[in-house]
Amino acid sequence: MSSALKLVQDASQRNSTGSKDEGPEAVVRFRGGGFDPRPNAWIGWAAIIGLVAIWQLAAASGYLSPLVLPSPVQVGSALLKMAAADDFTSQVSASLSRVASGWLIGTIMGLIVGCAMGVFSIARAGALPIVSGLYPIPMIAILPLLIVWLGIGESSKTAVIVLGVFSPTVISTFSAVDNVPRGLIRMGQSFGLSWRSIVLKIILPGSLPGVLAGFRITAAIALILLVSAEMIGAEYGIGALILLAGNLMQTDRLVAGVLLLSATGLVISWLLGRLEKALLKWR
Amino acid sequence: MDLSVAAISHWYGGTNALQNVSFDVKSGEVVCLIGPSGCGKSTLLGIIGGLIAPSSGEVRLRGAPPAGSLNPLTYVFQDFALLPWRTVRGNVALALEEHKLPAGELASRVGRALAMCGLSDFAEALPGQLSGGMKQRVGIARAIAVTPAVLLLDEPLSALDAQTRDLLIEDLLEIFRRESATGIWVTHNLDEALRVGDKVVVLSRRPGRLKKIVPVDIPRDQRVLPESAAEMARLHNELWSLIKAEAVMADREVADV
Repeated sequence: MSSALKLVQDASQRNSTGSKDEGPEAVVRFRGGGFDPRPNAWIGWAAIIGLVAIWQLAAASGYLSPLVLPSPVQVGSALLKMAAADDFTSQVSASLSRVASGWLIGTIMGLIVGCAMGVFSIARAGALPIVSGLYPIPMIAILPLLIVWLGIGESSKTAVIVLGVFSPTVISTFSAVDNVPRGLIRMGQSFGLSWRSIVLKIILPGSLPGVLAGFRITAAIALILLVSAEMIGAEYGIGALILLAGNLMQTDRLVAGVLLLSATGLVISWLLGRLEKALLKWR
Repeated sequence: MDLSVAAISHWYGGTNALQNVSFDVKSGEVVCLIGPSGCGKSTLLGIIGGLIAPSSGEVRLRGAPPAGSLNPLTYVFQDFALLPWRTVRGNVALALEEHKLPAGELASRVGRALAMCGLSDFAEALPGQLSGGMKQRVGIARAIAVTPAVLLLDEPLSALDAQTRDLLIEDLLEIFRRESATGIWVTHNLDEALRVGDKVVVLSRRPGRLKKIVPVDIPRDQRVLPESAAEMARLHNELWSLIKAEAVMADREVADV
């Protein structure tokens, strides 16, 4: 503000001491601010703490019945109690091993089919209609059929995650391969690179950004399917734990289970971020 | 190595891009290809290098490639076509990795090519960190590392600003001189064509036909001298008069579509 004022003064002085131009004079005001959102970790933490504080206050003052929504302190102590219980590790490891194996198998299958569709005309023409038809199906709808086929045990839960991860991985891999600039492939051909070298040195690294972006989507899908499958029929697992807590009106345990899922999602997202950083250093 | 373009015609679907184009390139000669936009210059270069199959006609090579040539017909691309995830060194080494070279030869070839293009200090940089001019130097280093018989340059300077272009053209001429390289250089810039070409092949608007072959008889190192100015201006006028009417017509054709 003060510098702007000074400019006005300078300008008026110059005007009075010699300029022949008698017209009115103005200083150009800066008008290019805003529309430039920036991250700020402090405000982020403050917002979380503020929300929890309001929640705690509402619960403590009696506005919120513990049955509707237990206070953060109650949720915290439920979480600690759960963590101390004997079956906690088996609950969490059941969920993690289902989601990890399902995601991994679905991803590997999807990568193979997606790459084949990106490179071979026959694979593309043959698989595209099938995958396009598979893609919009909410895979949880197939779980009853999978249970008929595979029984109520682990394999039906893993299979539903495999199926749910498979078609989005195919689509993202196929389009990532397809989006590798043709010019780079022609360059490889013009330098006499073999088919194998073109695939390994140009197409695969070139499609990696798109493939990794797809991982974020499929990880979220895998988590949703995991909880759904565990709610339909499982003894152990975070989804089963949440469902049981709901049936028993133990809302503190229920919310604690949801927080556990949130933490799982955050850890997965962090791991994927690390993977992207390691593999895409060049970006 | 001599190269003959023999009666090349090409269609894209129903569109006739090139019609019966023939010319010869002698070993050690730099031939510039000019013509109005859309006349099929780049298509012709793609055909010459074997990246596009012509509808009819053929390209013939005669003579042995230079000793140690790993890729007789080698491109320098307008958009550089560098792999962004490989360092400068990795990009230059890409084609060499295909061959079983004696120990140390890969490194020495890469080192020599980088040194010739002034890239030795940038060997570990990624393409994304380089300016356009430096990226094209990498493209040129990659090409000379395989000891080509004929360099195929597809508007190699068109993506660069005027100053970078002037700097790079001198370096390229020096490389052509030292390697006594044969080149086919596609451009739409008449000055560029007259600066580098031993002869200039002028194509008509679509379908591209051979309009005229204009020899540039002034030695390359004398073309910038004042005493050559009159002859250079005459050549420029000759090329421009060949191109201008075609360019105007081509421009209207595009506008009609």
